[in-house]
Amino acid sequence: MAEKHIKNYNLNFGPQHPSAHGVLRLVLELDGEVIERADPHVGLLHRGTEKLIEYKTYAQALPYFDRLDYVAPQNQEHAFVLATEKLLGIEASPRGQYIRVLFAEIGRELNHIFTVCAFAMDLGAMTPMLWACEEREKLMEFCERVSGARLHMAYFRTGGVNSDLPDGLADDIAQWCETFPKMIDDIETLLTDNRIFKQRTVDIGGLSAEEAMDLGFSGPNLRACGVPWDLRKSQPYDVYEKMDFDIPVGKTGDCYDRYLVRIAEMRESLKIIKQCLADMPGGPVKTDNHKITPPSRGDMKNSMESLIHHFKLFTEGYHVPAGDTYTAVEAPKGEFGVYLVSDGSNKPYRCKIRPPGFAHLQALEFVSKDYMLADVVANIGSLDIVFGEIDR
Amino acid sequence: MDLALKDLGEFIATSLPNEVTATGLVHGELCINVRRDAIVKVVTFLRDDVNCQFKVLLDVCGVDYPDREERFDVVYNLLSMTHNQRVRVKVRTDEKKPVPSVVSVFNSANWWERETWDLLGIFFSDHPDLRRILTDYGFEGHPLRKDFPLSGYVEVRYDDEKKRVVYEPVKMAQDFRSFDFMSPWEAVDAPLPGDEKAEQAEDSASQEES
Repeated sequence: MAEKHIKNYNLNFGPQHPSAHGVLRLVLELDGEVIERADPHVGLLHRGTEKLIEYKTYAQALPYFDRLDYVAPQNQEHAFVLATEKLLGIEASPRGQYIRVLFAEIGRELNHIFTVCAFAMDLGAMTPMLWACEEREKLMEFCERVSGARLHMAYFRTGGVNSDLPDGLADDIAQWCETFPKMIDDIETLLTDNRIFKQRTVDIGGLSAEEAMDLGFSGPNLRACGVPWDLRKSQPYDVYEKMDFDIPVGKTGDCYDRYLVRIAEMRESLKIIKQCLADMPGGPVKTDNHKITPPSRGDMKNSMESLIHHFKLFTEGYHVPAGDTYTAVEAPKGEFGVYLVSDGSNKPYRCKIRPPGFAHLQALEFVSKDYMLADVVANIGSLDIVFGEIDR
Repeated sequence: MDLALKDLGEFIATSLPNEVTATGLVHGELCINVRRDAIVKVVTFLRDDVNCQFKVLLDVCGVDYPDREERFDVVYNLLSMTHNQRVRVKVRTDEKKPVPSVVSVFNSANWWERETWDLLGIFFSDHPDLRRILTDYGFEGHPLRKDFPLSGYVEVRYDDEKKRVVYEPVKMAQDFRSFDFMSPWEAVDAPLPGDEKAEQAEDSASQEES
């Protein structure tokens, strides 16, 4: 019988697929069940954040950062306030820095619990996700107690944070730190040695350190390839310098290593949270430069100067000296950078957001090529894709 | 840290005298201005030279200055994990002049350049796949340009009669409000009437002295 040529099969994956992690339209070219080409179509959640920020004062621009990576909103705010502080040439108050690091790490926990368990659910393990949501709820309650919002906190400010921790919150976070390792252990018993989970992840979508760097990887995905690179260690910001923690690295960069790195990072994060709570100094939570941060309500009743500052801050905002900076933080997903250009006015002239997920999703074709259709789902899950930040 | 970066800037400037037009430190960050047609050579040098080792291209973006003759800056942010340093490379261009693509040097540049093309309309020559990426299918214009209105030109809704999504010109129920909060006393370049006399007085005073 004559050999028959079979045409490749084109498959439209998403945009409303549960394991597309949001609104990803993925055009796949399949040879049988093997991926020949993967072309992600992004931008379905594009809201024009960068354009909107150009029309807002610096203080008004901050909440937009919560809406980028909505799984861990605090870390984005952190990048923006650090960039603004750099242009202004000011530093946050010590207590403010500790609180920011504390909540940045809570953000990392929020992200990693969710990612690991959503990844497991993509591969068919339902239980971890249910446990994760319960744990996330506890963490989001901490966020609510400090800022009033469970998710989109808008809590960090140029020069510190908006308000001090309410009474008892530090004790409750410390208590949670005691119970959380048990939860990580429980999730690990279900996944780490699980035969099905390992069959779906080990040696799937691996890449070398050179390839990862060439593709612009950062964060846990890069560390899974064996590169010990973490901005919290190498270019520390706020009080990360004083923190004692380790950087977990993987070996092969496959889906399983990316999972293991995240699990290990949760335990390291917990160390930082404990240290923050133990070492946190007293004092004001934001700088006392009232050209940047609002004066207290009490001062405003007695001092004309304070009243003027308050009025100016909430109408005109503060002016940022002309210049540009690229400031990056180690967000849970990788290096989240803000390239901020100021022209000396009260609004950013240009605010380019560098989301880590954009580079990771770009690499999806590279890591999925020649694997099976089901492995694409494992890759998307383990690369930690969230469309709020990719589409901006 | 700053000293090492300054040395690095000088090293890059002397190694590539014809390509690099200026180097400088801004807020402790190294910034290099480069001729447009030399960008691939410079980026390759930054990646491969032993003293640079900028192996990661983190970001490519554009900035629009409509008043300038060459209105766009294209900004490349590079990171060297070996030396724990960052560098920012800038080239200038306008709507017409293409910037050589650096996809051949860094694979990560692919989507970043697509994004810059999409949002600012900066054309990258030799790019393997320069499609729009963030905006809608069939979108017209480049939204991050300063002359593109914040509200855009078209709005989308589902038409119940046609049973499909339709595009219509933007109808604003209320005019777009842009508040001018700038204080007239602090405006940067707003000379008050009479200010010019101060300079004239100084000039005449110096003339009298001579």
